[in-house]
Amino acid sequence: MPLTKCETLAIRAEADVVLVRQAVRKLAIEQGFGLVEQTKIVTAASEIARNTLDYGGGGEAVLECHTDGIRKGLRLVFSDQGPGIKDIGQAMRDGFTTGGGLGHGLGGAKRLVEEFDIVSAPGSGTRVTLVRWK
Amino acid sequence: MERIPILKMGDFLIVTIQVDMHDRLALALQDDLTTKISATNAKGVLIDISSLEIVDSFIGRMLSNISGMARILDAQTVLTGMQPAVAITLVELGLSLPGIRTALNVERGMSLLRASLAESDDATSEDDVDASHEM
Ligand SMILES: Nc1ncnc2c1ncn2[C@@H]1O[C@H](COP(=O)(O)OP(=O)(O)O)[C@@H](O)[C@H]1O
Ligand SMILES: [Mg+2]
Repeated sequence: MPLTKCETLAIRAEADVVLVRQAVRKLAIEQGFGLVEQTKIVTAASEIARNTLDYGGGGEAVLECHTDGIRKGLRLVFSDQGPGIKDIGQAMRDGFTTGGGLGHGLGGAKRLVEEFDIVSAPGSGTRVTLVRWK
Repeated sequence: MERIPILKMGDFLIVTIQVDMHDRLALALQDDLTTKISATNAKGVLIDISSLEIVDSFIGRMLSNISGMARILDAQTVLTGMQPAVAITLVELGLSLPGIRTALNVERGMSLLRASLAESDDATSEDDVDASHEM
């Protein structure tokens, strides 16, 4: 799927999470997403960006615009070099949290996108990929 | 630090969230509201989120916390103006905001608060009547 646009944002502070939300919103509008689609991908990005900051100790978000024939989509990759996740299945479960949250970030983000991928292991950081098509 | 203003109107506190809040700002609002409910003896809290473009699990948790603390302090909370796209997304996130009452807009939210205040006043005066009968 051809890449038409790409930007990288650092996630080092809470204000960066807000910037990620705004950048994803802007790209989603550019890709022609409807309001509900925009809201879903921005909300998913917010959840994962916060995890990158809070649990991963900071990292970055790569935001990519793709065009596949007439389909337009967004692919968002969040990565950090933090402690990683021991049991991904457990982390994905709604209600599981080690940080006093609601534990709906990972599971919720997965439901809000069409493609979801998580790569994580103790000591080697975490990478979460979200894809949503218009 | 930047803060979200809280207005007092009679027995009620009113908050309009108009900015994309970072997490600490949301936590500050939660603390400020709790403090203000007890300082002013407010009976109701109205939070208008019609300009909020997303509610993620962090904001959702903050809204639930506010409503829970308000209840402990004997105040009702009503959330007004949630955009349909936000509501749809919240359901998919798996957040049902338990115990939070919602209304379509500020006007309806205010009447909901007024009605519930009137109801609880009635209940109190009935108690008073009962007590006097027993005497
Ligand atoms: N980037 C990350 N690095 C390390 N651990 C993570 C990361 N993202 C998520 N986790 C773990 O997965 C758990 C669940 O995350 P999430 O579903 O977002 O819920 P919450 O953020 O409310 O805890 C977190 O509590 C944390 O233990
Ligand atoms: Mg989270």
